[in-house]
Amino acid sequence: MHTKTLAQLSAGLRAGEYSSVELTQHFLSRIEQFDSTLNSFITVTPEQALEQAKTADARRAAGDASDLTGIPIAHKDIFCTQGVRTSCASKMLDNFISPYDATVVTKLAEAGVVCVGKTNMDEFAMGSSNETSYYGPVRNPWNIDCVPGGSSGGSAAAMSASLAAAVTGTDTGGSIRQPAALTGITGLKPTYGRVSRYGMIAFASSLDQAGPMTKTAEDAAMMLQAMAGFDVKDSTSADRPVDDYVSGLNNSIAGLKVGVVKEFMTGDLDSGIAASTQAVLDELKRQGAEIVEVSLPNAHLSVPAYYVVAPAECSSNLSRFDGVRFGHRCNNPKDLTDLYERSRSEGFGSEVKRRIMIGAYALSAGFYDAYYIKAQKIRQLIANDFAEAFKQCDVIVSPTAPDTAFKLGEKTDDPVSMYLQDIYTIAVNLAGLPGMSIPAQHANGMPVGFQLVGNLFDEARLLNVAHQIQQATDWHLATPEGF
Amino acid sequence: MKWEVVIGLEIHTQLATNSKIFSGSSTAFGAEPNTQANLVDLGMPGVLPVLNKRAVEFAVRFGTAINAHVAKKSIFERKNYFYPDLPKGYQISQAQLPIVGVGQVEIVMEDGETKTVGVTRAHLEEDAGKSLHEEFPDQTGIDLNRAGTPLLEIVSEPDMRSAKEAVAYARKIHQIVTYIGICDGNMQEGSFRCDANVSIRPMGEEKLGTRTELKNINSFRFLEKAINYEIERQIDVIEDGGKIVQETRLYDANKDETRSMRSKEEANDYRYFPDPDLLPVEIDDTFIQQVTADMPELPDVRRERFESEYGLPAYDANVLTSSRVNADFFETVAKACGDAKLAANWVMGDFAAALNKADLEIEQSPVNADALAGLLSRITDNTISGKIAKQVFEAMWAGEGSADEVIEAKGLKQITDTGAIEALVDEVLAANPEQVENYKNAEPDKRPKMIGFFVGQIMKKSQGKANPQQVNQLLADKLG
Amino acid sequence: MSLTSDDVAKIAHLARLAVEPTEAEALSGDLSNILDLVAQMESVDTDAVEPMAHPLEMSQRLRLDEVTETDQRELYQSNAPEAEKGLFLVPKVIE
Repeated sequence: MHTKTLAQLSAGLRAGEYSSVELTQHFLSRIEQFDSTLNSFITVTPEQALEQAKTADARRAAGDASDLTGIPIAHKDIFCTQGVRTSCASKMLDNFISPYDATVVTKLAEAGVVCVGKTNMDEFAMGSSNETSYYGPVRNPWNIDCVPGGSSGGSAAAMSASLAAAVTGTDTGGSIRQPAALTGITGLKPTYGRVSRYGMIAFASSLDQAGPMTKTAEDAAMMLQAMAGFDVKDSTSADRPVDDYVSGLNNSIAGLKVGVVKEFMTGDLDSGIAASTQAVLDELKRQGAEIVEVSLPNAHLSVPAYYVVAPAECSSNLSRFDGVRFGHRCNNPKDLTDLYERSRSEGFGSEVKRRIMIGAYALSAGFYDAYYIKAQKIRQLIANDFAEAFKQCDVIVSPTAPDTAFKLGEKTDDPVSMYLQDIYTIAVNLAGLPGMSIPAQHANGMPVGFQLVGNLFDEARLLNVAHQIQQATDWHLATPEGF
Repeated sequence: MKWEVVIGLEIHTQLATNSKIFSGSSTAFGAEPNTQANLVDLGMPGVLPVLNKRAVEFAVRFGTAINAHVAKKSIFERKNYFYPDLPKGYQISQAQLPIVGVGQVEIVMEDGETKTVGVTRAHLEEDAGKSLHEEFPDQTGIDLNRAGTPLLEIVSEPDMRSAKEAVAYARKIHQIVTYIGICDGNMQEGSFRCDANVSIRPMGEEKLGTRTELKNINSFRFLEKAINYEIERQIDVIEDGGKIVQETRLYDANKDETRSMRSKEEANDYRYFPDPDLLPVEIDDTFIQQVTADMPELPDVRRERFESEYGLPAYDANVLTSSRVNADFFETVAKACGDAKLAANWVMGDFAAALNKADLEIEQSPVNADALAGLLSRITDNTISGKIAKQVFEAMWAGEGSADEVIEAKGLKQITDTGAIEALVDEVLAANPEQVENYKNAEPDKRPKMIGFFVGQIMKKSQGKANPQQVNQLLADKLG
Repeated sequence: MSLTSDDVAKIAHLARLAVEPTEAEALSGDLSNILDLVAQMESVDTDAVEPMAHPLEMSQRLRLDEVTETDQRELYQSNAPEAEKGLFLVPKVIE
């Protein structure tokens, strides 16, 4: 059952081939069997899952089931889930039982999904390798000495090893797309504002977006259909109707103009990854797309600008973790300052502390203009670059990540080299555009991701293009041995 | 050395909305701790703010009322600092682009002099919670009911030159915000809070001196005292050769002095930046016009109406409209008893005196507008005389019941029966033959005073209940 | 861009983070490296550019002024490290 896509499982449930309870039990035993190796889950919720599965089966019997009803999924442990620990992979929230559900959680629950648990991640979504988690690193099912990418590393590894039918992730600088690339799965970051951020623990408020991580583009479309939508509780959520992501999947892409970013296709690019990228471009041409070269002249500034904006916003967002109303509190605080300093220093890991400090510095008196304002101006330049590029093409493509999965511990001593993992993905968040990563042919024996970027709210087109590629190729069908 | 005092006021007004500025929690005063603090107010992980339309309308009302620039686009920013009553570790406020810009108000001093005081800006922000230090021996208790209540912070230009000017300005702002209905003005409950920035400089000097910020002032009286204390303190420091430290000082009403605030001594770097969870607030002309159309009567308009509609003299109208609660109180009484002049006299006279004596605000009066109207109705319908009414009022104030109840209990109904009064008149005249003789022999211009003697005697005999007009009439008839 | 341990101490205090003396040097090294990365921003002239605060051209939605919340204190305080008589407790604060 776990080898099937979400779409196939949905059909199977509809046809009565198995029940949601059976399906859920199947995934729960796989988690038990394999997750000690991968460490992709922080919390598994077998009792609640089986209850939800029973309810889903009852709904189906009553004729009230939709596409996602009874499908076992997992949520990245950044989404608040009522009555269940929501830790953000941090000691700060190790004891936090959320009193409410995130909007994304509610919407998927209303569609009838079954939640098997909360997946591991980089602490407070800060990282590109899932090595900063309080609960230990996650391993890549393709090579357990390697990282799965991050910050949605647990989601990616769980999906790659088929421990659930779909998983949710979040993406601030590449945290869905890069791990999807490193673990050989499909991941989509929607347009900023397409999916509600209410209940999604904030890292960088103007960049964060939730999205699906799945085996296929079709599955991602089905998940996005349920996740997307305006939310009155989120002032930054877009008040516009949700497109139909599923019905257009089979449209032909003949005549599609595909823009290749010249700045990303330099001689520095790993030759294996370059070859994988070219193979996808060849497929697109074969289907009648026209390849054009586009330029994003300021793309090289996206990482520097991001490492001002994101830390600045997070330094403020994480101030609420102070040991007063919830979360970790140090023992016997002697005064208020001691309470704050020790609770926060004990609760946060080093990457989180680094980013809070960079952020506080960038916003501090005398530096605000040179850092924060400058970074927001560069953001505008990058958005302008994309707008110009989209005058010449319909989708923009590039490799998703500069490397295949690297070894655990390889980059942990050098924060900046870790940051450069997001060199192709970050610009997309800065501009608020939708981006996807789909599996391409392997390089160096490891998965490679191909990134598609669309114009604002053009998720349907991205999913269509991705689906067409996946209909004609088998790169996305590869699964890791031993799982 | 002649010193010039420079004062600016920052007034925080709690806006009288039903719900908080960024959440749907109630803003009602006096609830049990943390029963009006929801996930957003508590700053729980993952929550987001959504802006209350009424708070924006109220801010625009204020801007319109003081003829200030109303910004069609304003931005919320985060003011970052750590304090336990600030759950998110930042306050959502407005810095570079506030919703209300430059305006001005006219203040009237006690001697009748008017002065224009500039308003630099007014911006929206959220209130913090409360820290309770007395409940536990070694700990402070945090109540977040107040966290998230909408505030309009009104910042004046440093145009005031004395404590009295500052108080006049504060009173004017109080009058405006209560009149336009955006704030209940209750200083005891913290709905209207004044912070004063005070500095001194040699007379003639243009450069501003170092200023201190005075906080924890919850009445106009204390505002005046705090500023005056601080002026003296600063003069003393400088004349002793010292320098003024830029700091926040708390006013201690018991000791009538200002003290440096220990915990906020270090200058805070608030790291303001636009709040990424909120979008720019954009309002158009239609919005502003609607707000203007819905605006309650402004104080000056109401004053003029009291003159024309109730025929009150300018002085009375001015006193009665000095505050919204006063004006509302008077108008309720006037309408209910039907005699505006009588109502005005009582509200400005006996009623005001009683409030002052008991040191109460009008909202705390044991006699409310309807009750007072009930009393005045008994004067207009001749049940009691004006003089007896004072007695009844005293009893009502002491909690003895309504006007009718007191009149009944104490048997204070006026004697209007002609036969009964005539009997009293005859009694007194018979008992005082000498005075009667003197009266009949007296010069006409001396008679009015002499008649007073008889009136007095009759009043004494009747415990003040004989109707004075009838007494006078009958005496006149009988004495000739 | 090089940060001194003094700079690091000041920033740490602003953020209420305790930095052990043993950590301070490595931390200031890491932060300085990040600031070097960030310094690449200076290579482009942005005088004529407006800072972007939001990727979408939207303005703030206004919510109707209604009380929609009820008292759920018990649930909301269920994660409190210390609470009594309905209040969240912290070490005594002197003002």
